[in-house]
Amino acid sequence: MEEVILRGGAWYLAAFIAFLAAAFGVDTGFSVHMSIMCVAALIAAFASNAGFDYRLGHFVQPKGAASRYDDDLVRLGVIATLFWGMAGFLAGLYIALQLAFPALNLGLEYTTFGRLRPLHTSAVIFAFGGNALIATSFYVVQRTCRARLAFPALARFVFWGYQLFIVLAATGYLMGITEGREYAEPEWYVDLWLTVVWVAYLAVFVGTIVKRSEPHIYVANWFYLSFIITVAMLHLVNNLTVPVSFLGSKSYSAFAGVQDALTQWWYGHNAVGFFLTAGFLAMMYYFVPKQAERPVYSYRLSIIHFWSLIFLYIWAGPHHLHYTALPDWAQTLGMVFSVMLWMPSWGGMINGLMTLNGAWDKIRIDPIIRMMVMALAFYGMSTFEGPMMSIKAVNSLSHYTDWTIGHVHSGALGWNGMITFASLYYLVPRLWGRPRLYSLRMVNWHFWLSTIGIVLYASSMWVAGIMQGLMWREYGADGYLVYSFAETVAAMHPMYLIRATGGLLYLSGAIIMVYNVWQTIAGNIRTERSMTETPYDPEADRPLVAVPAE
Amino acid sequence: MSYELLRDFADSWGLAMMVVLFLAFGGWAFRPGSRQISNDAAHMIFKDDDNG
Repeated sequence: MEEVILRGGAWYLAAFIAFLAAAFGVDTGFSVHMSIMCVAALIAAFASNAGFDYRLGHFVQPKGAASRYDDDLVRLGVIATLFWGMAGFLAGLYIALQLAFPALNLGLEYTTFGRLRPLHTSAVIFAFGGNALIATSFYVVQRTCRARLAFPALARFVFWGYQLFIVLAATGYLMGITEGREYAEPEWYVDLWLTVVWVAYLAVFVGTIVKRSEPHIYVANWFYLSFIITVAMLHLVNNLTVPVSFLGSKSYSAFAGVQDALTQWWYGHNAVGFFLTAGFLAMMYYFVPKQAERPVYSYRLSIIHFWSLIFLYIWAGPHHLHYTALPDWAQTLGMVFSVMLWMPSWGGMINGLMTLNGAWDKIRIDPIIRMMVMALAFYGMSTFEGPMMSIKAVNSLSHYTDWTIGHVHSGALGWNGMITFASLYYLVPRLWGRPRLYSLRMVNWHFWLSTIGIVLYASSMWVAGIMQGLMWREYGADGYLVYSFAETVAAMHPMYLIRATGGLLYLSGAIIMVYNVWQTIAGNIRTERSMTETPYDPEADRPLVAVPAE
Repeated sequence: MSYELLRDFADSWGLAMMVVLFLAFGGWAFRPGSRQISNDAAHMIFKDDDNG
């Protein structure tokens, strides 16, 4: 009984503090955010009290308590991943159309490209990707450690606290609250909240590893752990800011000038390296072998892959600041380490692909494997393109153009998106206890729609970017620049339309996925022809004739 | 600690330490007798399929 008062009381106190902060906030945005926090704390207080059984006199166990592993959060995480994915893809399509048709800015401050763009990037990276990472990490760490999730209540706080972070970030962008730091736009108080959530996440993950009943820590957990620890470090350093007022949303960075720029891109590139690469590689190292029903091609190579990424990635950030005020040696350092990264990346890609060695026919019959292979192919392509673009001479052409955007999307849509979709397709029937997915043919449709969408996206942005770069540097005989900026924008219009079409296809594939997952959870199974038919061929049906060696 | 001191350390002893650590961590996977351990680790995820 004391515990219920303590727990509920703590949440009510938090709600009261948030209410005061909202009432005395110096700007509207801050007050709105504190109101959201107040409501969230009240919901947490009610949920905490509702979980208490007054007759038994203790907190009731979460529903899944009887099963071997604690999968409630994984189920919620799968749904959250799909929900935020739809929001993020839709925002992406909308801003792609805004670039082609500026009238879609609607003349409202809330719907301008400048505010919707961080909404899109954060929704797909942190909301879609982050939820996928949290959900799969909770799933994988329990199976590979053969232990239930440590600190179940804290794990629930991690999940819901992370959703609150997403809501605060997204509403903040729409209201124009931003630090202006790429992929780290939320303001100081949202950063502090995420820090609390992230430390809790680390505690749950490490706690589960500590109480494992399996002596070896499987390599996927190494990748997950490096992702959690490194993101914590990056987040803390990049968001060292001084708030103007403790009751206001504005803050200023602790760094200035080129130091600030380097801090941002040290963060920015390692967000790619450890959030979008290490975390998703953890998914790859568990779900690809499981779906292929074969162990990873080389476990030792996966360890070399791990340590190479850890030792190399952290130095690659300066390649975002070529030909700026950053010292030349630092630019060269960033370039050299980026080029070196090519090797471990391809080592990892080969390791994933070769896991199918001896079972290549699965690409033909299993659309989930097909998605995984495509994800690995895009991992390989974008980690080849990235080092190439970090070479100074190439960068002088590619930087500030849409080539960069094309590169990011071949990695994000191709690698992160596809491996997430494949992992979710693996998880859904298992988590909800269904014999199989509602429809495998719909997975195949999703696969082709996404693949064609990415191809349209990446190729149109190559053309747009290289054209733009060449037009910018075109000098006439008299030494003047030939093209004005607006002329390059006009020239890119057709490419913008192709890009938006690619985005539409990708979104359509995701809509099919949502329907498929929905039906699977509802317990339906679609009657459909199997993926491949292999008709009997009497001609081919004869014994092999042994050929003597020469 | 001055910038110069830090930089001198970074591209001498710091770099050497990083290289040695990297080789040690990578080499550890190839120590004698590790083949079987790696093999077991790679198969570990298939041990009980009932719970996914």
